[in-house]
Amino acid sequence: MRFPLTIAAIALAALMPPAEAAALRDNGDPLNSAMWSDMQKTFLGASPVLFDPRVKVTAPSVAESPMQVPVTVDATALPGVVEVVVFADFNPIAEVLRFFPEQAPAFLGFRVKLQQSTPVRAAVRTADGVWHVGGAWVNTVGGGCTAPSAAAGSKEWQQRLNEVSGRQWSEGPNAGRLRLRIVHPMDTGLIAGTPAFFLEEISFTNAAGQRLMRVQPHEPVSENPVFTLSRGSAEGVIEASGRDNNGNVFRARIAP
Amino acid sequence: MKRALCALLILAAGQLGAADFDYRLAPVELARDVYGFIGKTEDFTTSNGGNIVNTAFIVAPQGVIVIDSGPSLRYGQQMRRAIAGVSAKPVVLVINTHHHPDHFLGNQAYADVPIAALAETRNGIAADGNAFAENLYRMSGDWMKGTEVHVPNKLLTAGPLEVAGRRLRIVALDGHTGADLVLVDEASGVLFAGDLVFNGRAPTTPHADVAHWLAALDQLEALTRAPGFTALLPGHGAPSADAAPIRQTRAWLTWLNASLRDGAKAGLDMNDVLARPLPPEFANMPVAASEYRRSVGHLFPALELDALGARH
Repeated sequence: MRFPLTIAAIALAALMPPAEAAALRDNGDPLNSAMWSDMQKTFLGASPVLFDPRVKVTAPSVAESPMQVPVTVDATALPGVVEVVVFADFNPIAEVLRFFPEQAPAFLGFRVKLQQSTPVRAAVRTADGVWHVGGAWVNTVGGGCTAPSAAAGSKEWQQRLNEVSGRQWSEGPNAGRLRLRIVHPMDTGLIAGTPAFFLEEISFTNAAGQRLMRVQPHEPVSENPVFTLSRGSAEGVIEASGRDNNGNVFRARIAP
Repeated sequence: MKRALCALLILAAGQLGAADFDYRLAPVELARDVYGFIGKTEDFTTSNGGNIVNTAFIVAPQGVIVIDSGPSLRYGQQMRRAIAGVSAKPVVLVINTHHHPDHFLGNQAYADVPIAALAETRNGIAADGNAFAENLYRMSGDWMKGTEVHVPNKLLTAGPLEVAGRRLRIVALDGHTGADLVLVDEASGVLFAGDLVFNGRAPTTPHADVAHWLAALDQLEALTRAPGFTALLPGHGAPSADAAPIRQTRAWLTWLNASLRDGAKAGLDMNDVLARPLPPEFANMPVAASEYRRSVGHLFPALELDALGARH
């Protein structure tokens, strides 16, 4: 399997700017994580893998709060993105979320809970079956996955569960952007007495009913998740709908 | 050869770590009978041991009044020895200006003395003190050895306070934390501003309410215009004879809040805001980049709620 992939890498490199081509590699984790081979087995199986600078994962190298570490995945430079899986090597629950950019560009911002310093990675599967991997190291004091959610200490969230607030931007440097926040405790289940309770499916559809993107969050996504996405060429009202692992559903219209 | 190199590295590392754990505290006279220990304008490190804070003392007719006790047991002990070098009078009262660890973790060295604070500060130390101390052990290392939380045992309220024959005035403000005590020493005209004021160092915001903080700064500036004012001791950075550090703190907070609020309104997310460069007026201020990064984490989520039209 090595040989054909290397040829693929060389072919790709020829199409890329020299700096990016130099960073392209098909073996040896650029983040030097002891967990990489486990991560590869778990999330990518035997499929071909390419560490690819076109998969941009932005996260602070030092995170102020391990409960709210901002992560932005931008794979818009890659053509033919089918699926993106985001994982944190050293998290007790490694899988952060998965998203499927259908009509929307392969771009998603969100926040995660990290238990300790770890690489945060996005593996992007393109239509040819290759996983393109990008990532960033985040240093943090930790404890983000085993600290109780704020909701655990308050009664209010029960009335507001799955309440969505959101906005679209049509002008300025962020035209085409959609941001939303969903009230949800996103409990990891790692705290005794508090079972896992998290949003597990969110779909974004345009006014014509076409799906723009599907997001499958997992436990490490931060409490009261905030998502940033790009609506692409979609116009008008965008509907966000989904459910959590207890079957609570929501549906919200986000006007332009 | 390898072994010799290792030994050399260990030796060098030991020296870098300031193995004598001496903060080299030297009192700076702010006015007659009023002294400050001025910390570095840095973040906590294993080389400064947390000596990044200002503490102070007043030599009153019948004893010494201590304002804040520093970041560790060692600091408190060394501070107390340095005070004894200035005055043989006993320490009669320690005041903690607010519930941040660099201001109260030296309390242990004054366990035989009443330790006073505003009620909310006392409660904050009781609730969060251990977590704060743990964090300082992580950042300052062995300088913290033996340090334990010692909760204030005397409550203060706003108004005049006579201690050891000295007339003080307690001004109870908030904004940097939920309770920020400001002390006016009537005899010397020195204003102890605590962490409501930073001088030549970017302010920290982990428990900040910016609107309240700005209101507190206005009150502080009025105090510097009151007759008798001679000097201002900020919580961090050099003392000053005027309100310039107040204006500097206000300028930072005003910019920070407006910048994050406008960013949220324009649709930026946290990483977009983190990536923005500091304006030239603040770019060279010590720890500006790291405090900005921390402040984005503290303040942006609430401003983002407003921008998304969400209820708090």
